[in-house]
Amino acid sequence: MEDLFLTIVTFFPLLGAVVLLFVPANQHSTIKGTSLIVAFVTMLFSFWIYNRFDPVASGMQFEVNLPWVQSLGIDYHLGIDGISLLLIVLTTVLTVLCVIAAWHSVTEGVKGFFISMLLLTTGMIGVFVSLDLFLFYVFWEVMLVPMYFLIGVWGGPRRVYAAIKFVLFTMFGSLLMLVALLYVYFEYQAFAGEYTFDLLKIMNMPLAYHPQLWLFGAFALAFAIKVPLFPFHTWLPDAHVQAPTVGSVILAGVLLKMGTYGFLRICMPLFPDATIAYMPYICILAIIAIIYGALVSMVQRDVKSLVAFSSVSHMGFVMLGMFSLNLQGVEGAVLQMINHGISTGALFLIVGMIYERRHTRMIEDFGGLAKVMPVFATFFMIVTLSSIGLPFTNGFVGEFLILLGAFKANTWYGVLASSGVILAACYMLWMYQRVVYGKVTNPKNQNLKDLSARERLVLIPLVVLIFWIGIYPSPFLNRIEPAAKQVLSHVGKASTVQLNESYEIVDVPVLGASSDDAEAALAELEGAGR
Amino acid sequence: MAEYLFLVPLLPLIGFLINGLLIGRLPRSVVSAVACGSVGLSLIVAIMLFFDLKALPADARLIEQTLFTWISADILHVNLAFMLDPLSAIMILVVTGVGFLIHVYSVGYMAHDKCFGRYFAYLNLFTFSMLVLVLADNFLLMFVGWEGVGLCSYLLIGFWYEKQSASDAGKKAFIVNRIGDFGFLIGMFIIFWHVGSLDFATVSQNAPMVFAAGGTVITVACLCLFVGATGKSAQIPLYVWLPDAMEGPTPVSALIHAATMVTAGVYMIARTNVLYMMAPDALMVVAIVGAATALFAATIGLAQNDIKRVLAYSTVSQLGYMFLACGVAAFSAGIFHLMTHAFFKALLFLGAGSVIHAMSDKQDMREMGGLKKHLPITFMTMLIATLAISGIPGFSGFFSKDEILWKSFSSSHGHVALWVLGFITAGLTAFYMFRLIYLTFYGEERMDAETKKHIHESPRTMTVPLMILAVLSVIGGLVGMPHIFGATNYFEEWLHPVMAGPPQEAATHALASAGANTSMEWILMFASVALVLMAIYLAWYLYRKNTAAAGSLADKLSGARTTLANKYYVDEFYGAVVIRPLIVFSLFLWKIVDVIIIDGFLNGLASLWHDISNALRHAQSGRVRSYATMFVFGVILVVAYFVLGSN
Amino acid sequence: MVPISAYLILAAVLFGIGTVGVLISRNVIVMFMSIELMLNAANMVLIAFSRALSIADGHVIVFLVLTVAAAEAAVGLGLIIMIYRNRATINIDRFSLLKW
Repeated sequence: MEDLFLTIVTFFPLLGAVVLLFVPANQHSTIKGTSLIVAFVTMLFSFWIYNRFDPVASGMQFEVNLPWVQSLGIDYHLGIDGISLLLIVLTTVLTVLCVIAAWHSVTEGVKGFFISMLLLTTGMIGVFVSLDLFLFYVFWEVMLVPMYFLIGVWGGPRRVYAAIKFVLFTMFGSLLMLVALLYVYFEYQAFAGEYTFDLLKIMNMPLAYHPQLWLFGAFALAFAIKVPLFPFHTWLPDAHVQAPTVGSVILAGVLLKMGTYGFLRICMPLFPDATIAYMPYICILAIIAIIYGALVSMVQRDVKSLVAFSSVSHMGFVMLGMFSLNLQGVEGAVLQMINHGISTGALFLIVGMIYERRHTRMIEDFGGLAKVMPVFATFFMIVTLSSIGLPFTNGFVGEFLILLGAFKANTWYGVLASSGVILAACYMLWMYQRVVYGKVTNPKNQNLKDLSARERLVLIPLVVLIFWIGIYPSPFLNRIEPAAKQVLSHVGKASTVQLNESYEIVDVPVLGASSDDAEAALAELEGAGR
Repeated sequence: MAEYLFLVPLLPLIGFLINGLLIGRLPRSVVSAVACGSVGLSLIVAIMLFFDLKALPADARLIEQTLFTWISADILHVNLAFMLDPLSAIMILVVTGVGFLIHVYSVGYMAHDKCFGRYFAYLNLFTFSMLVLVLADNFLLMFVGWEGVGLCSYLLIGFWYEKQSASDAGKKAFIVNRIGDFGFLIGMFIIFWHVGSLDFATVSQNAPMVFAAGGTVITVACLCLFVGATGKSAQIPLYVWLPDAMEGPTPVSALIHAATMVTAGVYMIARTNVLYMMAPDALMVVAIVGAATALFAATIGLAQNDIKRVLAYSTVSQLGYMFLACGVAAFSAGIFHLMTHAFFKALLFLGAGSVIHAMSDKQDMREMGGLKKHLPITFMTMLIATLAISGIPGFSGFFSKDEILWKSFSSSHGHVALWVLGFITAGLTAFYMFRLIYLTFYGEERMDAETKKHIHESPRTMTVPLMILAVLSVIGGLVGMPHIFGATNYFEEWLHPVMAGPPQEAATHALASAGANTSMEWILMFASVALVLMAIYLAWYLYRKNTAAAGSLADKLSGARTTLANKYYVDEFYGAVVIRPLIVFSLFLWKIVDVIIIDGFLNGLASLWHDISNALRHAQSGRVRSYATMFVFGVILVVAYFVLGSN
Repeated sequence: MVPISAYLILAAVLFGIGTVGVLISRNVIVMFMSIELMLNAANMVLIAFSRALSIADGHVIVFLVLTVAAAEAAVGLGLIIMIYRNRATINIDRFSLLKW
């Protein structure tokens, strides 16, 4: 029974999409109801998995390994660790909220819209559960198609440009990834005499230094475009601004995480030497992204593109945390992936809510909303604060761990990245002030209705999560820790360990250090850094 | 009782949740009962805990309570844990005590405001954050309170959000504080990666083993923490937010921007005194910045006409004194002044609030005058506070200020120059405070008739807190009498277990041995009292006796006066040097780098392909015969390749 | 006995004529005939080698080619007739709908 869990949670939305195919296109409420039920049941499945997940065990859980295309060594290999677990739960929760949020905002092509949503869910969950590189690639590409339609059909005025840009960027990266993937595949055959795409097997294959650099580069490009890391980010503002609200939520909430997830799941374990070699460059790009994203956000006039650029900044934090290559950094990065999904998802929902009322997203068109929509203003404030990373909201825990980790990797990384914390306050509060505070100057804003019950229903779970992760993140961190150790232990296997100018550590009186088998590898890593 | 420590911060939080979640659904009486009640209960618990703590032997005065693990990652373990020691005991008493009085006062002050519930929710949230700040047993939890009070400050400054200046001021406060928090964060990182823990106890214990005393690392760490303190406690160069913060309701100014939040920086330095004692260079910076701020802000205070702004600059200046005390390693003197300042400055602000309330929300002192007979209670209490802040012997401010001045002179970290700065500031303080008193309460009534009609003494809920605070302003200093008076300095003794001892003791011993020092202390004390009296006389002469002289003096010094009235143009300077360039640079990044360079490059790539394809498509003529011709040539090429290639 | 080179030369000449015919003719029928000529040139080479090397494979393929050519002629002529009915011309240069 246990091994069916992941298959069910992955393909249940697909099943739902197939069912929707047979519902007549004009029966909107049936379509919406079915999608909601499907999304909700999927979410319950994911909760069930969360519940059954053993937070202490390291390694993959709920594994399934069945041959798929045996002659080519392609397996149907699924399995999750703490990192994928949290991302799956995030995906299913956001999907439910998105279905509710889209209830009234989508009026044309309802059937296609919800089918795309469900397909997308399958694609996203599939990416997070795949342990076979080929399967991973298939899901990676599958999810492009519905997203293309979501942006291209239900988007804003420049939707086609944005959709094509999105697809071209992603395809460009994934093609290089495919090449690298095949290289690894044949290399493994030469190493072990067996054709396989199995990630867990390939992880144990030593690769020479130079091929690693190239392979890492190819994978990293695909993932960096997805993240998006500066300077590959320009598809993001277009895609976000043009996408419908729900598309933006999923895009920011989950799709971007696939890039960072790819780094953790594939790049770092497979190419440890290259990871260490590339680390300074990626960290620097991440820091540029943090500061650049923040500065550009500051001068945006469209709320949605402001949030989009702030995503660039936030995802820069995630990248920096991962490539700090220490537990604090990686754990913080994973937590920050979840946080970003929640906070930015909520921000996009909020922007969507005022867009539905006013059909504009320009900051200058608003002002004084606190007066007419106090509940809205309160939710907006909470989410803004979480995005800024105020303590006791989710953003703080992630950012703090990331900065702590980055500071250890290199003092200046920590210092420079921390300045992003100041800038975040600048752009978010400035925007908040112009939208919500002040007098109601625009008569069109005079009679805006405050949030409806449905809209509150969408935002309340997110707000609960914001405070939960902020005040009691232990359940999440506990699940991330073994997985993060696993990743780092692979990096620690690097043959040419040469962590550059790591922060010098005087003998630390380690408080409550755990004795894990990863510990040895970590010690090696640290030793090399000294 | 110790297990109820968590109630101290929890009660205001509950108050916040009740008032915050049921906003607009509760009658005003319930809102104020919940808000004041929660803080009042918290005060009672705090008092009981204080006596529990006092019952313990002096070096075992520590009550700890761990609630749960907050963040844990590898060697990082941060608990949600509270710690009550003599230092935090004083702080919670000040916070809940003054906080409670201000809550009560607010019931009267805000009685006519539409957003009554929101106000008290914020105020409770602030009290909660401040209590977390002072009770935290580790840096990170302190940072929670640190940012939490910053948030509440932001919300309360911008409370009347429809006013552009209010929301601007709130934003400015938050962002400037964030710059300070940046320093705090970096300081925390340095400490954590060296000591391996963020608990105050562990850090204090291990720091001497890990850091080289006077070394670069510890100095940098302390300076980073101090950057945090300059942000929160409004010191040079980050003081600019505090005067603007007066946009908030006056009780807020009293609670947050005078009595509690702004002193968080002083508290933080006292809390980490072990680290600072190991970094003399950092201490020196603290002392210099403190003394410079004290003088700088006092000069600006001379030329302000807004009653609250005078008090705001006075707060900045008094905070400078506290940092001066910390900087000369007289941490307990700093905390002592923090406490007395909380009493008399809260009183001054609340009194100013009472005046503003009576004046139909006018704040310009040039439109006041002669209010003495209309507002007798307000006048009396404010006068007491003014005497206290000026340092008239017998009042609380005298004892704390005198101790700071003496320590800045006599401490091994002190210097005559620091004493001189503090000394001049004392004179300026007395001058601008009595200027405020004379302009507001004496002389002719300069307000317009409409306002005059509405002048009334404030209701009981406002005057009773004033009177209580007035009593505290008088007697608050008696716990910390100087040694030369032959009394015991209970305050210093109480704090002694948590302070890195040597300097104070050394000073005391030096004092005991050398009679010359005792007479020196007497001399300095008389000098400052004499200066203060002279300053008061000058204020009386210029603003009461001979107001024409004040006018002509102002004309003579008009250049200096404009500079002062414009606050040395620091805001303009920051605007021109930091804010404008940042925005221009951001626009450059967006419009040029993002849109033209990166996107331009990619779109250019796309249109390059488009152009190439466009050129090539003409080969697709649709004529079968030209296709066939190409086909033939292709075949010939292939055949030629194989035929020639085989040779 | 005629040497095999003679057959090859003849076939090459025929193929060349066919190629040139396809390239320069505008008339679809003529192009069609030229293609047949090219096919038969190829057939001739096949048969010549088959005979010279005494292997029957060449013959087999020639039969296959003949059938294919017949089928092609049927379909091709059918198309040409359809085109003529629609456009009243069989000038190949007029049919360039598939350009660009």
